[in-house]
Amino acid sequence: MADEKKKSNRPVPRVDEESRPFWEACARHELYVQKCRTCGTVFYYPRAFCPEDLSPDFEWLRCSGRGSVYTFTITRQNQSAGFRNKVPYVMAYVELEEGVRMLTNIVDCDPESVTIGMPVEVTFEDVTPEVSVPLFKPAAA
Amino acid sequence: MSISRKAALAGVYEHPLRWAPHKTQYQIMAESARGALDDAGLSIKDVSGLFTSGVGGMGIIALAEHLNLNPDFLDSNSIGGSSFVSHTAHAAAAIAAGYCDVALILYGSKWSSDRFAVGTGGGGSGDPPEQFEGCYGPTTVGDYALAAQRHMYEFGTTSEQLAEIAVTTRKHASLNPQAKFRDLISVDDVLASREVSSPLHLLDCCMISDGGGALVVTSAERARDLKKKPVYLLSAAEACTHTSAGRRDITDAAAKQSGPKAMERAGVSHSDFDMAMIYDSFTITVCITLESLGFCQKGEGGAYVQNGRIGLGGELPINTDGGGLSSNHPGMRGIFLVIEAVKQLRGECGERQVKDCALAFCHGTGGTLGLRHSGASLVLGV
Repeated sequence: MADEKKKSNRPVPRVDEESRPFWEACARHELYVQKCRTCGTVFYYPRAFCPEDLSPDFEWLRCSGRGSVYTFTITRQNQSAGFRNKVPYVMAYVELEEGVRMLTNIVDCDPESVTIGMPVEVTFEDVTPEVSVPLFKPAAA
Repeated sequence: MSISRKAALAGVYEHPLRWAPHKTQYQIMAESARGALDDAGLSIKDVSGLFTSGVGGMGIIALAEHLNLNPDFLDSNSIGGSSFVSHTAHAAAAIAAGYCDVALILYGSKWSSDRFAVGTGGGGSGDPPEQFEGCYGPTTVGDYALAAQRHMYEFGTTSEQLAEIAVTTRKHASLNPQAKFRDLISVDDVLASREVSSPLHLLDCCMISDGGGALVVTSAERARDLKKKPVYLLSAAEACTHTSAGRRDITDAAAKQSGPKAMERAGVSHSDFDMAMIYDSFTITVCITLESLGFCQKGEGGAYVQNGRIGLGGELPINTDGGGLSSNHPGMRGIFLVIEAVKQLRGECGERQVKDCALAFCHGTGGTLGLRHSGASLVLGV
């Protein structure tokens, strides 16, 4: 039973031509965002061009993995298959040190202990052998 | 080219049912069409423009077939719950351009009897941006809750303040014989209702009902010869907002872009409005929309909705039909915003009538505040 609960049954993100480098990095348990070489904008979620100027000239920026909770919600009801047995769980936007906010879950803590501004660090959950999703947990002191 | 007073709402109809397992979606739409055309004094053969949403990609053609219509203009712009507010503006523009003469805007839904978990089901995980969302368990309630939590953190907004929106709206519903929930509630009732996704309680959330409605829009000239007093479209504006590549302020709504434009185009300002219909998927939607539209300063929405200000007899009565929180919400509520505003401007609202109602604002929000959404604003007047 405990093992069953641990097994990831999250919906598997569809990896496509634009996002493949991001998801491949996640599979190695590394978090990347992108930075435009033309205008300097750091952006998330990943795409094949800069969303400020459409430039295809960007670099992948390895994230420190540290950030803080921008906002969150403790979800107590979700009928969908991957989450029915996960409630209550914390969905949040985390603001990365690199300046962008990403939707995620805060894990490895009591949902009631999560607060806005709380320092967090990235952790990964392997959904399939090829796909891992970045999650966040309270930062080590 | 301004479309101000070039087109008018000549007929409206709100389907009375909130639970319709014995009807089809198209049947609800056809019954609503009959109601709105009767209201205008027109027949289905007068219709030359068809507008709808919630029928799938090419569903509007099938709907035309079901109604045996061959319209000159079709528009199934689907931007969520605000779609029908947007259709009203598009219809006015099409009429002003001469593309059609009588536009019929239709909505029908059985999301309640179909048991569609619109509020607490999962998200998709396919195309971007969904592939960066679906794996985290977003729900409609949760997406709005993200905005509510941040609003509380930044501005000190309280659950009690948000609850006041649900309490006021229920008071309005108690005066609407068609509303689904008519028993009065208190702030304590809202706070005592179970938390669906923190900080939103069950009574902070709109219901899911069945239902539908219809609008008939025609030229101002033609409307003046019809059965009812014309309600003129004075201006409109649309917008959308999203995660903005990771930098969006979640406490702003698309209304911030469309609202001021709509007011400027109509040459009116906030204090000119006698009432407003503000899409109330959740209490937080109303709070943030009122701020984004500029009815109060950013962060002051919680205080603004207190002390009867948004109730009948207050400075800005909103959602006088009882809104999605208490009257009906078949999944996309935009059409009911326009229907109620038209009825108020005609003086047909009985016990819940706003005195001397001459200018109304409608704002629809479609999608979610936390991820991405559209906004459609309308200024209507007599």
